[in-house]
Amino acid sequence: MAELTYREAIARGIAQEMRRDENVVFLGEDVAAAGGVFKGTVGLLEEFGPKRVRDTPISEQAILGAAMGAAMTGLRPVAEIMFSDFFAVCWDIVVNEIAKSRYMTNGQVSFPLVIRSGNGGGLRFGAQHSQSVESWAMAVPGLKVVVPSSPVDVVGLLAASIRDPDPVIFLEAKALYSTKGEVPEGDIHDELGKAKVLRRGDDATLVALGSMVPRAMKAAEQLATTGIDCTVVDVRSLVPLDTQTLLEEIGRTGRLFTVEENPRLCGWGGELVSIVGEEIFYDLDGAPVRITTPHIPLPAADALEDMAIPSVERIAERVQKAMQE
Amino acid sequence: MTTARPSTKASNTAPTADTRIAMYRLLVELRYFEKRAYDLFLQNLVKGTSHLSLGQEAIAAAFGVAMRPGDHTFATYRGHAHTLARGVPMGPVLAELLGRENGLMAGKGGSMHLTSVEHGMMGSYAIIGAHLPIACGSAWSAQYRGTDEVSVAFFGDGTTNIGAFHEALNFAKIWDLPVVFVCENNLYMEYTAIKDVTAVEHPAADRAAAYGLEKIIVDGNDPDAMHEVATAALDRARAGGGPSLIEATTYRHGGHSRADPAKYRPEAEVQEWLARDPLPMYRARLIADGVAEKELVAIEEATAKAVDEATEFAKAGAAPGEDLLLKDVWSDGGWTWRN
Repeated sequence: MAELTYREAIARGIAQEMRRDENVVFLGEDVAAAGGVFKGTVGLLEEFGPKRVRDTPISEQAILGAAMGAAMTGLRPVAEIMFSDFFAVCWDIVVNEIAKSRYMTNGQVSFPLVIRSGNGGGLRFGAQHSQSVESWAMAVPGLKVVVPSSPVDVVGLLAASIRDPDPVIFLEAKALYSTKGEVPEGDIHDELGKAKVLRRGDDATLVALGSMVPRAMKAAEQLATTGIDCTVVDVRSLVPLDTQTLLEEIGRTGRLFTVEENPRLCGWGGELVSIVGEEIFYDLDGAPVRITTPHIPLPAADALEDMAIPSVERIAERVQKAMQE
Repeated sequence: MTTARPSTKASNTAPTADTRIAMYRLLVELRYFEKRAYDLFLQNLVKGTSHLSLGQEAIAAAFGVAMRPGDHTFATYRGHAHTLARGVPMGPVLAELLGRENGLMAGKGGSMHLTSVEHGMMGSYAIIGAHLPIACGSAWSAQYRGTDEVSVAFFGDGTTNIGAFHEALNFAKIWDLPVVFVCENNLYMEYTAIKDVTAVEHPAADRAAAYGLEKIIVDGNDPDAMHEVATAALDRARAGGGPSLIEATTYRHGGHSRADPAKYRPEAEVQEWLARDPLPMYRARLIADGVAEKELVAIEEATAKAVDEATEFAKAGAAPGEDLLLKDVWSDGGWTWRN
């Protein structure tokens, strides 16, 4: 068992799959010689060479178009979009081409590809390099959407995404790149569509994703000292969504709190609340509460950004208040 | 610079007699098919929209003959001709236009998304420019896998002003990809003349130098000239020589789409181009070069019959059933997003 950072886990996961399958190739801006602007892909060029690990120009449509064309002709590309905000300049390839073509062609083509991207705030990069776009991707039929919250999940879910026969948007929480965690030796292969219960308590269920998972865990520890015992579920995969685990864990406590980094409107928590309302309404003991970033672009200044994104304190306060109502 | 020139028997790259007959057969098929498709619109049997390439068939015919099995075609929403040119049978294509279950994609794609992977027809893409980077991807895959397959992307003049065109050309060049980009310059993007909205005279060819590519302009209504240029570009890509950008000048006989009567085009211009219709022009040339007219008549008669049969096949198709609605979002055949 070794301790790896979240960023080191990315290279570990990609390398594991590249060793296993020679059809796995990797491309993106500054990913090869430079090892990625977040140093998430250090060492891949050295191990696998320039034929399989390729630097591209700043051409996001070309990157994703190349990944799509390669995937439909036998390769399993992993493409990097450096910041998820940049999906906006290549969203056509994702939404109109990759996501729709299997359906439109009556199943003639498949797209076994992964698009990795640094997502979300916390690094004081300002509004165009800090956005949480998971709800964009979740809204598109034909895309799987995965967001790991720990190094071991980065490796396991990346492996599962690369082996999956369908396109996966793999969103890495930028705020977590420097966090550490134990990662076992050997092949790690997780499963898409499985939420993970990180902590069990009987009073309330906190459902969190990506960078919000460690914060929800810390908030739960604080709440425990005040006598509120929380369950924390890491969603991990928005599509497919593990509603089985989520509904079971929410129904068991009767209280739902979503913890979302995305701006309020149409965040994944809204969909979860609607499923809960339709299917286990009578198991609830109180109104579901969504704890999100306000519906604003993210500000750059650390003081402002910290006010915007749900903090441990805000999560704990909000849960405590709702539980007392 | 390669410019348009009619092929002559003196040219050692001129198409053979068999190749020329094959091109004529395709020209006739593409023409008769799309005329029938148009008739079926008028009968309201084709719903939605449709984009015909009547008048532009020589480009598809020449490439259709010059490409090999295993090569990959990427077309736009104006893709009927390119689909048929790869050998896809007319019946399922027409049935797709009619939205029938026996259509090429069981009615799920429609006129603008014709795809037949088994024929190397890797899709028709209805967002301008998108398929150029995708063709780079299939070319990259061919290069990576060590095959000599070539990818060919066909697109209109309007595509030359969108970002994906420029990203794809640069990308193809720096990776030396076996891909051929073919601009069908029919002088109008949709309703607007391309010259009115483009900084250079030749919308594709004048941009070639910016990507280290040769400037190639060819008469897109001349099957022999097209074939020569197509073969050279395909050979080059196959031999590891990298990408080419071809600008083929042509003219669409009708409007941009079903909704467009094309009133914006000067009558004299239309007449000038109708006089350069590739079909009668090529027919006359073949006869002048010694091909027996009865051989051409036999092709025309057989094709007319085949189009009638394809029409009957398409009309006989049932509407797609509900089982198709939720099918094939994912590779497991389903659409499930939750457990």
